[in-house]
Amino acid sequence: MKSLLTLAALAATLVATTPVMAAPPKEVVSDGVVKIGVLTDMSGVYSTLGGKGTQVGVEMAVKDFGGKVLGKPIVVIGADHQNKADIASAKAREWFDNEKVDMITGLLNSGCALAVQKLGGDKHRITMNTGAASTDLTNGAWTPYSIHYVYDTYALGKVTGQAVVQTGGKSWFFITADYAFGQSLEGNTSLFVKKLGGKVVGSVRHPLSSADFSSYLLQAQASGAQIIGLANAGGDTINAIKQAREFGIGQKGQKLVGLLIFDTDIKSLGLNVAQGMQFTSGFYWDRDNATRAFSKRFFDIHKAMPTMDQAGAYSATMNYLKAIKAAGTDEPDAVMAKLKSMDISDFFAVNGKIRIDGRMVHDMYLMEVKKPSDSKGEWDLLKIVKTVPGDEAFMPLSESTCPAVKK
Amino acid sequence: MGMSVQTVLSQVMLGLNNGVFYAILSLGLAVIFGLLNIVNFVHGALYMLGAYVALLGFTMLGPLLGKPDFHLNYWAALIVAPLVVGALGVLIEKTMLRRLRKFDHLYGLLLTFGLALIIQGVFTNYFNVSGDAYDGKPESLSGVVDLGFMLFPKYRVWVIGISLAVCFGTWFVIERTKLGSYLRAGTENPELVKAFGINVPLMITLTYGFGVGLAAFAGVLAAPIYSVSPVMGSEMIITVFAVVVIGGMGSIMGSILTGLLLGMVEGFTKVVYAPASSTVIFLIMVLVLLVKPAGLFGKEA
Repeated sequence: MKSLLTLAALAATLVATTPVMAAPPKEVVSDGVVKIGVLTDMSGVYSTLGGKGTQVGVEMAVKDFGGKVLGKPIVVIGADHQNKADIASAKAREWFDNEKVDMITGLLNSGCALAVQKLGGDKHRITMNTGAASTDLTNGAWTPYSIHYVYDTYALGKVTGQAVVQTGGKSWFFITADYAFGQSLEGNTSLFVKKLGGKVVGSVRHPLSSADFSSYLLQAQASGAQIIGLANAGGDTINAIKQAREFGIGQKGQKLVGLLIFDTDIKSLGLNVAQGMQFTSGFYWDRDNATRAFSKRFFDIHKAMPTMDQAGAYSATMNYLKAIKAAGTDEPDAVMAKLKSMDISDFFAVNGKIRIDGRMVHDMYLMEVKKPSDSKGEWDLLKIVKTVPGDEAFMPLSESTCPAVKK
Repeated sequence: MGMSVQTVLSQVMLGLNNGVFYAILSLGLAVIFGLLNIVNFVHGALYMLGAYVALLGFTMLGPLLGKPDFHLNYWAALIVAPLVVGALGVLIEKTMLRRLRKFDHLYGLLLTFGLALIIQGVFTNYFNVSGDAYDGKPESLSGVVDLGFMLFPKYRVWVIGISLAVCFGTWFVIERTKLGSYLRAGTENPELVKAFGINVPLMITLTYGFGVGLAAFAGVLAAPIYSVSPVMGSEMIITVFAVVVIGGMGSIMGSILTGLLLGMVEGFTKVVYAPASSTVIFLIMVLVLLVKPAGLFGKEA
């Protein structure tokens, strides 16, 4: 009996140690190159707030890092997913399978992001999402290799929703982009509105990239809601705000609230139209000396100030490279472990930390558009009304449905 | 959402507003197809170009000429943009399309589609894709008018009025005047018309210039309503082609009426079931092609 036990123990030891002994010597950097893919909307409604500017951010980070990590070159490639999930998915597959891409960033448009993130999970490749907003990315759609870096619909809905309801905006009507992102943003914002005693009187869903919003705006006006919440982004938000003004909506009694607005949108609208609007952002170029220094360098290349997506892409890339260096390999599991244990602190992220669900938690800002008379320059568009600590802005792990979070 | 008379009437107005853009663009396409037998895919890009002539004339022309205070105002743009784009059209016709006359339709389609991609690509490179605001809307057209059932922006009333005038004016010239009869005869039998001492090639060139000039005119009208962006034309042109197909290729009145009608159908869809508003026109196109392959107003070949 005793000898049998010994034998069993011996066998167990053998089983446990054999794979390690049999494994070939590991390549420190896979394929001898670290390749970063920027996959985003390069030509459509979101390309101004992301697009080439996101790639500029990534390239700046690589250059600042020195162009090499662990002695191997870092290469950046970019592609346009045209806001189509099937194109995004096909491109990502090609990159993972043939181009040896190690990490994909950008990924504006939640529909595209969800598709690529799932693929990354299957292929064991890292996705660092700086563009898309859906909270699903860190909940149901979570993978061990996914990071959601800049913002999400929970933070947008919570920070803006609270600010509006607390100043008396109790009844809401939503004009919502009809896909994963818009629905997620409407859903999250409604939750906070209701929690604080407000109510949602109705909503209308429009196709992505609509030119004419007058019909939806009139429906919103007829609903009698105090607040018309725009759960859309980019060109759609711009058109909606412009046309609301044309119809005189949002001036008497009713107020227009954009739930996701980027600096570049304000630039397109002009301060005259946009003044006084409040919204939530993860970054503003004119916050402190460090953001200004980065943004000036960015401006010299891209001829526009960075949005949170573009600045976030710099920060994500920089921290990814730091994690590779610290881990001594670009092997995804090791890099993810490092990313989730290190402090994320740079000009972009204040008090940043990547949680187990892949959510990068950092300070968020409630912004307000300046009056034309207060603006001192072409890009002097916004002021920070309130800084919201990351733990308050983002979904707490206790509410998370992410499979990695143990209840 | 209840469908009160008020809701219905306001949607009719909004639908009409979108409809006049469809009408004026599909009219240009119909004129060009009718007389030149060319499917002019560059139409959307030239519509966009018209809007940019207005925008850049307002913001950049002054500084460029060394007079920072000079703005090409809206009314001037309504005339200048169609002329500039019309001239470009003449150039395109004389240097490129003319060479394709003896070939199949398909070659003209490919050429104009290529041109559209080039123009749009160049503009995407230099301008903000999510659009720039056009601030040149004249003071006299700002504000709203009370139509009894809704407050409607004055500017949109103007757009509907002037577009209808231009559309029906064009129809009148082509269908009811001597000049129009030359044009129509020129397409039927160019040799015979030449024998009457009429310069047919010149007539065709000018027709193309006029057709694309209409697109530019619509572009200027659109500038204060929508954001001026490099993709505004490509978004529009697909719908407009559907309108032309539904109306019947080459039918002038058909394209005008179909444009107005489909604008309104689209408007109603936005109230009944908004997510379908971008597809409803194509659904109609499928149905029409199944039942009446030549289009609602087209003659069976």
